[in-house]
Amino acid sequence: MAIKDYIRERFFPHLWCSGCGHGMVLNALLRAIEALDIHKSDIVMVSGIGCSSRISGYVDFHTMHTIHGRALAFATGVKMSRPELNLIVPMGDGDALAIGGNHFIHTARRNIDMTAIIMNNRIYGMTGGQYSPLSGFGTMATTAPYSNIDHDFDVVELAKAAGASFVARSTTYHVQQLTNILKAAILHKGFSAVEVLSQCPEYFGRKNKMGTPADMLEYYKENTTTIGSKKKQENPDLLERGIFVQNDIPEYCSEYDKIIEQAKKTSGGKTK
Amino acid sequence: MINNIKFIQGNEACVEGALYAGLDFFAGYPITPSTEIAEMMSIRLPQIGGKFLQMEDEIASMCAIIGASLTGHKVLTATSGPGFSLKQEALGYAIMAEIPCVIVNVQRGGPSTGNPTHVSQGDVNQSRWGTHGDHAIIVLTASNHQDVFAITVEAFNMAETYRTPVILLFDEVVGHMRERLVIPEKGDIPLVQRLKTAIKRDVDYHPYLPREDGRLPMSDFGEDHRYNVTGLFHDMWGFPTDNPQVVHGLLRHLVDKINNNVHQIARLKEYFLEDATTILISYGSSARSALHLGSALHLAKERRTRGERLGLIELQTLWPFPYGIIRQKCENARFIVVVEMNMGQMLHEIKLAVNNPEKVFLANRIDGELITPDDIKKIIRLIQGKGV
Repeated sequence: MAIKDYIRERFFPHLWCSGCGHGMVLNALLRAIEALDIHKSDIVMVSGIGCSSRISGYVDFHTMHTIHGRALAFATGVKMSRPELNLIVPMGDGDALAIGGNHFIHTARRNIDMTAIIMNNRIYGMTGGQYSPLSGFGTMATTAPYSNIDHDFDVVELAKAAGASFVARSTTYHVQQLTNILKAAILHKGFSAVEVLSQCPEYFGRKNKMGTPADMLEYYKENTTTIGSKKKQENPDLLERGIFVQNDIPEYCSEYDKIIEQAKKTSGGKTK
Repeated sequence: MINNIKFIQGNEACVEGALYAGLDFFAGYPITPSTEIAEMMSIRLPQIGGKFLQMEDEIASMCAIIGASLTGHKVLTATSGPGFSLKQEALGYAIMAEIPCVIVNVQRGGPSTGNPTHVSQGDVNQSRWGTHGDHAIIVLTASNHQDVFAITVEAFNMAETYRTPVILLFDEVVGHMRERLVIPEKGDIPLVQRLKTAIKRDVDYHPYLPREDGRLPMSDFGEDHRYNVTGLFHDMWGFPTDNPQVVHGLLRHLVDKINNNVHQIARLKEYFLEDATTILISYGSSARSALHLGSALHLAKERRTRGERLGLIELQTLWPFPYGIIRQKCENARFIVVVEMNMGQMLHEIKLAVNNPEKVFLANRIDGELITPDDIKKIIRLIQGKGV
């Protein structure tokens, strides 16, 4: 299936600002799905609220645009009912880790088979540039006019600690790597958390004097490196990219099938 | 047959009713006094191949059942006051996206943590207006286990008929009291199954295009048709729009589909109304006390002839409120006494409904104890100017 067969062409051009990284995430995701040759009727995309969450309107899958922060909880209901479908849950950093932080760690802990994509632009874009839990200490935002004193989460460490069985990070500069990571994440049986650094030139970039969209992409190139690289040893401040965790542990829907088997036995198959 | 007779809690009667109705997906979070519903579901659902989920919080439970319902399942969540507050935003999503689901609220004392192990009927107005924005909602209740069972089945039927969330507003006394329940035979209570579209796979399907009769056939999410679901105002394809005409039309549709069917949705029971001069109106466990008093006076015939002619209307549909029916039934009453365990939440609607609102009085109790027949009797004497 060609890339354009996966999109709802009539809704383009998209609503994201020029220079925004979210379209690049969409591009990498569609290329990953195309490479895996998954039929669009076998994919459910559940999103929340925010710039990133509008991604579900553009793809010709089964799509559910829900409420702020709760996409993973809706997705859990869908996946438990139809385990055979591929669940993809794109979220923004505020959506996934502020209002939705509880659902994020618990869905990871449960290890239910779905792919969570955290499109991290370090800002609330839809509401006009307020700081998020991923903005970081010392950054500027419309609600941090004197400098942000909130420390940020490390999404990868958080996902690892919460028990996610697949954890990865990439950026919109490294689209080839991102596509490969998304492929692996979708194939992984269990909860996959993929953090994608995605530039917001309009708000985060402007407030923090990051330059043009191209400068922001350049920033990802200069300030990240592959996991365990020599560059990382020389410069510990670099942010690592790649797959951090890929574990084979019991998946929730499969385990629940065993519960059903057991319950049917103990009830003697009575279904009254 | 003996297996069909049970001596159980009201919460268990609700579970039996839900399973009879075809429930196969439950998500919840522990909270007093509704927890028994989750506990029983965790045992019973996997036995029939259904799914039980204990989620990380009340909000997630509400979201999970909405997701599951969309894929074609009959779904339920159960909670109590604080949890009901938390579910309100997602409840509004189910109203907007027209996703059938049933929410049980076994009421306890509030506000806040309140009086968790004691009875109250303080969530009547929250169940009507808890979620933001204009909307209509169906709220049902019952006062004994046979009725809890039947009204639970009705709740699922109405959720499917009107593509809407339905709230079962029980209370702590009904939830925890034990009494007899006879489970009806299969087929004794008719079941409404989901109305599914006849449109074939890969043919254009409009998830939000009503048929001539106003109903919207559904397509199981994840199956034959790819469509969009959103909490934004949307067009017939389910895609967001702020077109004023479409916004107006959708809001009218959401409200009218319920409010135009008040008479189909109204459920109430009447006792001794024929010659009643004083009419009690109540619902839930307080209606049991009202009925007890009414029956006692009815049996004591000599008092009835002396003018103590007491009738009772027990409401089972709280919302949409059946104003017209109540007005007509109360036409000849000298006094109307609303018996409820709150500061007068239904009282307000009944005053709106009847021709002479100055005849409507409140008999209530708000201390966490069940209002007794004696409490009601004393209040009636005061209202009638007879002293306690």
